Amino acid sequence: MVDALYPRVGQAAVDLLEKCGATVLVPEQQTCCGQPAFNAGYRHEARRMARHFVDVFAPLVETGEIDAIIAPSGSCVAMVKHFYQVLFAEPGHERDRDRAARLQPITYELTEYLVDVLGVERIDARYPGRLTYHACCHLLRELGVDDQPRKLLAATDGAEIVGLSGADECCGFGGLFAVKNAELSTAMGRRKARNIRESGADTVAMNDVSCMTHINGLLARESHGCRAVHIAEVLNGSVDGDAKRALADDS
Amino acid sequence: MIVDVGAPYRRRLEQALGDEAQRTAIERATARLSDQRTKALTTVDNPRLRDEARAIRQSAIQNLPSLLEELETNLTANGCQVHWARNAAEATSIVREIAEKSGTRRVVKSKSMVTEEIGLNEALENTGIDVVETDLGEYIIQLANEPPSHIIAPVIHKRVEDISELFQRELGMPPTDDPAVMCAAARQRLRRDFLGADMGISGCNFAIAETGTICIITNEGNGRMVTSMPRVYVAVAGMEKVIPTVEDAVLLWQAASRNATGQNVSVYFSISSGPRRSGHADGPEEMHVVLLDNGRSRMLERGYGDAALCIRCGACINACPVYREIGGHAYGRTPYNGPIGAVITPLLADDPTSYKELPYASSLCGICRDVCPVKIDLPRLLLDLRSDLVESGSTPRSERVAIRAYTRSVESPARFRRLQRLARIASRLPVLPPPLNKWARTREIPPVPAKSFQQLWSDKREADRGESGE
Repeated sequence: MVDALYPRVGQAAVDLLEKCGATVLVPEQQTCCGQPAFNAGYRHEARRMARHFVDVFAPLVETGEIDAIIAPSGSCVAMVKHFYQVLFAEPGHERDRDRAARLQPITYELTEYLVDVLGVERIDARYPGRLTYHACCHLLRELGVDDQPRKLLAATDGAEIVGLSGADECCGFGGLFAVKNAELSTAMGRRKARNIRESGADTVAMNDVSCMTHINGLLARESHGCRAVHIAEVLNGSVDGDAKRALADDS
Repeated sequence: MIVDVGAPYRRRLEQALGDEAQRTAIERATARLSDQRTKALTTVDNPRLRDEARAIRQSAIQNLPSLLEELETNLTANGCQVHWARNAAEATSIVREIAEKSGTRRVVKSKSMVTEEIGLNEALENTGIDVVETDLGEYIIQLANEPPSHIIAPVIHKRVEDISELFQRELGMPPTDDPAVMCAAARQRLRRDFLGADMGISGCNFAIAETGTICIITNEGNGRMVTSMPRVYVAVAGMEKVIPTVEDAVLLWQAASRNATGQNVSVYFSISSGPRRSGHADGPEEMHVVLLDNGRSRMLERGYGDAALCIRCGACINACPVYREIGGHAYGRTPYNGPIGAVITPLLADDPTSYKELPYASSLCGICRDVCPVKIDLPRLLLDLRSDLVESGSTPRSERVAIRAYTRSVESPARFRRLQRLARIASRLPVLPPPLNKWARTREIPPVPAKSFQQLWSDKREADRGESGE
């Protein structure tokens, strides 16, 4: 989704990593981690997609070209870290299981990597406005990542951080759930949108573009001025310039 | 408007989402229960309580055959009559037979989801027996002629004002918004029913193998009247309810209470180890225990043993963002709803595909797993059930075709880029194709940028190369 819909998020993630001292490689052959199929119950298909992911990344690790895999998404990382083992648990997939297992400890969500591995305390970011944070489900409950993004946001210059009630509640996206149970998904999202509205924030930051798309899709229908933004854009300061313009174009 | 539990899934969802009164009632009550739970867990070492509770339940499920044998032996030694029921039909006919032999005309019941599961009330009423629910919540829904919508709080879908209206209509009560006044009115009527009852029926929270004991957790005192006042007492227990020792029961009682209602322990804990013996002041003359399978062995055989660890506290239901929007009736003709219901309802059903929408009625947010006192990985079980449905060919053909096509493109980067371009064009069409149309009915589609990240990235690299080449 970042690739097709939000190149600016991908670019912000790269900029942040480079700013913090990392050298970034973007393997051209990468596509999708397979989570949509896995979550819908299509294990056979998800396994094929997972194998493609492993085929692309494992050689880079083996040759020492990369020492970490970073995604600006909690749910893709949860897929690679936790659910690849489920997919390859069946007999006959031992080789892929081992290869996937070696990727497990070096796959990180962006803010997790910045804080836990690179030891970043604050990023020289500026965001003038009222900012709140939505904790995406997989990031929070599959990866246990919560303090890291909150810490980085709190250190943002000029931002007034406001609380969001029900910040750790699901926005109702849930992958195919959003279309298979569209009305239910919408009801959950409207509750999230209402909480965001009541927080008084003008930007709600989060770590997954999927949740962001859902929340923005609802906020836009309600003609609400507040927008969901990926945390990489806030931390990269790009919400000020490029992204704010992009947001203005959106609405 | 009431959700028709017999209607198709889509219709049930629509009815539930359109019922503002019900949504208000559920929102209020689940928030209250969740808050109470959180408070009650601050005073204990919850990680340890969870570990211990899970260990007890796991050892019970792992040793199920021997524990059930021990339970039967000890129940029988205590003077109970033990009956085994393979399915709902067997269970209801066993209870009907007990009623017939004992000349039962009136039954009083304490709240029991397992008797809802087997449709016991209807089975008894069909033979002319008067069945009265004595738990206040169950009493209210019986008056309203509705099924329960929550395993702990069966009337959670009604607001106080709805209940007041019902009491005015059905009991001729003057209007009141005071729950205590309504409760007193119900209590007065129920007292007469207790005194006139021939049989008491309860479910079972824990069946202690080492002592042959049936335990039920209640808060209103109706449970112990059901188990001790009438001549005949029948406990219906799912066979997974057995646990090894009295100490286990005490720990699980605490775990269930704190997680269900936020109490340190429930107000009452009724322990029945057999009928009245000589010298006893009260107690039933006969005590029967019906041990029910009804899909449980199959659930274990299919590898879903984790779901059998459940102690029915309802914490997952109260925390669930899906349940909060749609309530219990939207899950259909089942007393089990919310995340645990979405797992066990299809598993207990004879035809697992008969509830094929339920495993998908979750965004897999994971809050249910985090609150579960026995650490059941509910999202994982939902994922496994989805996989089973795919394997059995129960998902829509269009979905299968789309996922296969998507898979092929993911495996080939060039094809993946083509798919992305196609999606870009599709999102701009005046009439959107599925599944975009389902999205766009309530949500904006984000504007699609001219170039993907990968395109921009390779453009930039080429530009860099060009610069360094100069």
